[in-house]
Amino acid sequence: MQQLRLTRTRRAALIGLAGALAVSLSACAESKRDESGGGGSGGTMVFGNTGNPKMFDPIFNDEGETFRITRQMLDTLIQNKPGTADLAPSLATKWTPSNDGKTWTFDLKQGVKFSDGTAFDAKAVCFNFDRWYNMKGATAQSQMIYYGDVFEGFKNNEGTTTGKPVYQSCEAKDDHTAVLNLTRAKGAFPAAFTLPSFAIQSPTALQKYNADKVTGSGTSITYPEYGYKHPTGTGPFKFESWDQGNGQITLVRNDTSTMPQPAKLDKLVFKVIPDENARKQALKAGDINGYDFPAPADYGLLRNDGEQVLIRPSFNVLYLGINQSGPNGAKLQNPKVRQALAYGINREQFVRSKLAEGSEVATEFVPKAISGYTDDVTKYPYDKDRAKQLLKEAGAEGMTIKFYYPTEVTRPYMPNPADTYTAISEDLKAIGINVQPVAESWNGGYKDDVQQNGKQDIHLLGWTGDYNDAGNFVGTFFGRKKPEFGFDNPDLFKALADADAAPAGDAHTKAYQDANKKIMDYLPAIPIAYPTPAIVVGPKIKGVVASPLTDERFDTVTIG
Amino acid sequence: MLRFLVRRLLQAIPTLLILSILVFAWLRSLPGGPASALLGDKATPEKLANLNHVLGLDQPIFVQYFKFLGRAVTGDFGNSLVSSRPVMSEIGTFLPATIELGITAMIIAVVAGISFGYLAARFRGQIVDNVIIVLTLVGVAVPIFFLGYMMQDLLSTPLGLPSQGRQAPGIDATVVTHFAILDGMMTGEWDAVWDAIKHLILPALALATIPLAVITRITRASVLDVFNEDFIRTANSKGLTQPVVRQRHVLRNALLPVITTIGLQTGALLGGAVLTERVFNFRGLGFLLAEGIDKRDYPRLQALLLLGALVYVLVNMLVDISYGLIDPRVRVR
Repeated sequence: MQQLRLTRTRRAALIGLAGALAVSLSACAESKRDESGGGGSGGTMVFGNTGNPKMFDPIFNDEGETFRITRQMLDTLIQNKPGTADLAPSLATKWTPSNDGKTWTFDLKQGVKFSDGTAFDAKAVCFNFDRWYNMKGATAQSQMIYYGDVFEGFKNNEGTTTGKPVYQSCEAKDDHTAVLNLTRAKGAFPAAFTLPSFAIQSPTALQKYNADKVTGSGTSITYPEYGYKHPTGTGPFKFESWDQGNGQITLVRNDTSTMPQPAKLDKLVFKVIPDENARKQALKAGDINGYDFPAPADYGLLRNDGEQVLIRPSFNVLYLGINQSGPNGAKLQNPKVRQALAYGINREQFVRSKLAEGSEVATEFVPKAISGYTDDVTKYPYDKDRAKQLLKEAGAEGMTIKFYYPTEVTRPYMPNPADTYTAISEDLKAIGINVQPVAESWNGGYKDDVQQNGKQDIHLLGWTGDYNDAGNFVGTFFGRKKPEFGFDNPDLFKALADADAAPAGDAHTKAYQDANKKIMDYLPAIPIAYPTPAIVVGPKIKGVVASPLTDERFDTVTIG
Repeated sequence: MLRFLVRRLLQAIPTLLILSILVFAWLRSLPGGPASALLGDKATPEKLANLNHVLGLDQPIFVQYFKFLGRAVTGDFGNSLVSSRPVMSEIGTFLPATIELGITAMIIAVVAGISFGYLAARFRGQIVDNVIIVLTLVGVAVPIFFLGYMMQDLLSTPLGLPSQGRQAPGIDATVVTHFAILDGMMTGEWDAVWDAIKHLILPALALATIPLAVITRITRASVLDVFNEDFIRTANSKGLTQPVVRQRHVLRNALLPVITTIGLQTGALLGGAVLTERVFNFRGLGFLLAEGIDKRDYPRLQALLLLGALVYVLVNMLVDISYGLIDPRVRVR
């Protein structure tokens, strides 16, 4: 009996071993990713998302991981030309402002249908604008971050929301002409019409699934089912499923779409992989076909493995903030001290040695791709002696400053905050400044301390643009008094407010160019670099055009 | 016995209450906040104030606590700030993955650990023993996240084993219980079962490493102790065959301390699961917890930490009750 048991055990072990070998061999056989195109059809592309989407009603969203998905399903009136921040037709073939900038007329594309089969027309456009403006409930309004920013208020402001609305009304002149009336001109337009939050959705679906019913209780916000299961737009893909357990969102081709044409892929899958290294491994293992924000240090490695690293034109800025109301505010209020800091930082060397290829030294706070950028600003090239001299003249030699920098974070404009801090602090020490480092976790209080509490003398931060308007950069930074910078310059505030109110076109551009000159003369902070993030896709993926606004559309993608 | 049970249950209530205060106070004392984490780069003081208001985070701390407690006793931990789904429903979705991973890892650790430990003891001082001792030392010393990345780098592609997630994107398996293997078996989707097994292999191996090493070492030491016992000499002198002596006498007696170790290691497994699930994007409770910490997701963290505490209190109660069952003197006290 004992012998029999042993024999059974051995047999079981042998079967187990054989099974394990079979697993390995069969797995080997089907290893590398299937990029064959799925049997003659368009195939499936799997893209690695860096985080969970919130849900897919974009008006309540403000972050890129959700927008990457909604952009494939929901179209805006205007879009960005692939690979640039320039404006291009989308649901609107033409957009015309009135002379005073208070009325926008949209000529709409004809023959377009929502993925639920209902017609896209001017009434649908106005339904969406009215929906946003009339949104009720403090919770719902607080979640409409971009609407609040751009349209500045609601029909009835609720909770802590305040402001005078820019929106007045929308008229459907005929099926293909929508007219938007504003209470005042706003510099953000027309570029803000490209914001994914302002995508036009099917009125029928919005009503059917009660899409406006956002409620808040305690620390929770509850969104209606629409955003989880029924987002309905005109885009080349349509929603199929969201598997929360597996962190997987599946879209399928919308065969009825004409925006701009049906997609080539059959299926587009987004897999949520928060860890950067894990995304890289997943690409190498063939589990995904691409992912966003590879670490600059990996570019070479990825290319050696045959992957395509597509560099995005810069649409962001890294800056060294200066707080004129911080611990050393009195000294930093002296323009000579701020200029000394600017002359004392070797930005050329920093950009060359620490940032990804394609990155450039920043000369002002808007990237070159933005209208309003001008080369005609005061520049502060590296000049150690001049920096020392300015400090001497200001009586600030040997001053001590608290330098805040973040940890546990990677941003598109700041791939490695510790490296950035080290490079800049070494330069400052070289001109005789005593640097007191304060490292804080990004989510553990850094942003609160520098942006709300103003505890720092200087700090590292940056910004990725939302749309092609200089106000989205300089207006956000310096449009009013803020704890982050701690200065009060009514002349500068007025210049930025005037630029924002200047009607679209040359006058608007010129106003921002003038404001940018003023900013670089006053120097409330120091622009450091225009870094270039990247997107990476597998060797057989074709048709991805890297966008400065992370606005990559996958309808043009083919595999093989 | 009933009085004893009731007394133990009543004692658990203040324990949980104190834990709830500690968890609540600790989360609120952390710098940064959910509003800041939710809004990301675009946060402005106005937006933060608005969201804090909507979330009720501008109310006095004790008001927030009692509101939280009031809902928690009814099983309502609110919605996650990350996913905006009810936290309890998230836990229901993600718990099966952790159970699946933990059980697989423990099966690997127990089967391989006892086998290696026995082998090492059997060939004490020989090359097999030395190799196993060195490997167990490495196994205990290497951090899980490093081991995980190494496995992804070195094993994933050559063996064709997935390095991420619980399911290949093309599978689209039917979800019934959220136990991937069980669901596949129930619905007859054998491709999905096969796929789920493949996705389990690398994370389970990574998670099994430490308990495997510990069980190996304990088994080896225990088997060596038993080898030196008088009853083994007696068994040998009676002329029993070696396989009979080993199975019937050595292993059976050596396994007692090993079983205690297995119990302890099972408890410790949860800590390892947080790292393993993160590295392999294996979406279980550890993944949920790590993401919750990153995003300062208060509702999710409160629920997960209290759930952990509740499990701990219940297990301790079970142990106490079992003592009470075994030894009536405990009940009398």
